[in-house]
Amino acid sequence: MTFLAIAVLLAVTWAAITGTFSLGNLLLGGAIGVAALWVIRLQITRPKFLSKVPKIIGLALLFLYELVLSSIKVMALVLSPNMKKSLEPAIIAFPLRVKSDMEITLLANLITLTPGTLSVDVAEDRSVLYVHAISAPDKRGLIKDISTGFEAKIMEVFE
Amino acid sequence: MTDILAYLAGALLIVGAFFSLAAAIGILRLPDLYTRMHAASKAGTLGSGLAFVAIAVFALDGSVALRALAGFVFFLLTAPISAHLLAKAAYAAGYRPTEMMKVNDLEKDK
Repeated sequence: MTFLAIAVLLAVTWAAITGTFSLGNLLLGGAIGVAALWVIRLQITRPKFLSKVPKIIGLALLFLYELVLSSIKVMALVLSPNMKKSLEPAIIAFPLRVKSDMEITLLANLITLTPGTLSVDVAEDRSVLYVHAISAPDKRGLIKDISTGFEAKIMEVFE
Repeated sequence: MTDILAYLAGALLIVGAFFSLAAAIGILRLPDLYTRMHAASKAGTLGSGLAFVAIAVFALDGSVALRALAGFVFFLLTAPISAHLLAKAAYAAGYRPTEMMKVNDLEKDK
């Protein structure tokens, strides 16, 4: 069921990108989608996709909001004359509570697009995500923000 | 109506261009690759994203608008991955962060 939903989503995406919503084009998109899903079939875990749609939309909105906030922050930083003073870069070990590949990937991407943080690496045993912060005077505060913000939201979507 | 949309699209383009400019200035001014990726991945994504939204608003054509928005979504999906890969590759290749860095847990754990 989830598989079918993803295939339909891919077919619609294909039609949107190619710009023609004809039956033939939708079927072609669906066929390519199924082929692509077949290639990655072993990596696909099956979260209960459809019932989570409102929470996924909530997460997407949060993501957009954080992106705008983060861009404005970076812009203000690089345009300020005494930039060097407000820089306090750090690489921080963030202890992961989420465990699956999908969740870690999503969290790493969200972190990269949020104010002042960029994911650099994941520990081999997936216990820690290394996060580069452009200005991190408060390490504990940053870890707490991520863990109660994005990580908690992701856990809601995937639980 | 078309006039209003044209002004809206123009405004979006100007704001988007401003973010792209900020990203470029950030890449020039920031001290190392890791901090530079912050400017490139955030302000850059929003800058090009706003340009896409401007196209979507100005086109007045559902299929063009959808394609433009799909372009924005692909930017959102790929920009953080490329930033992350560049940072990871740079670290693996031994590119040291700026001396301004005080906390480095990655160094400590290895």
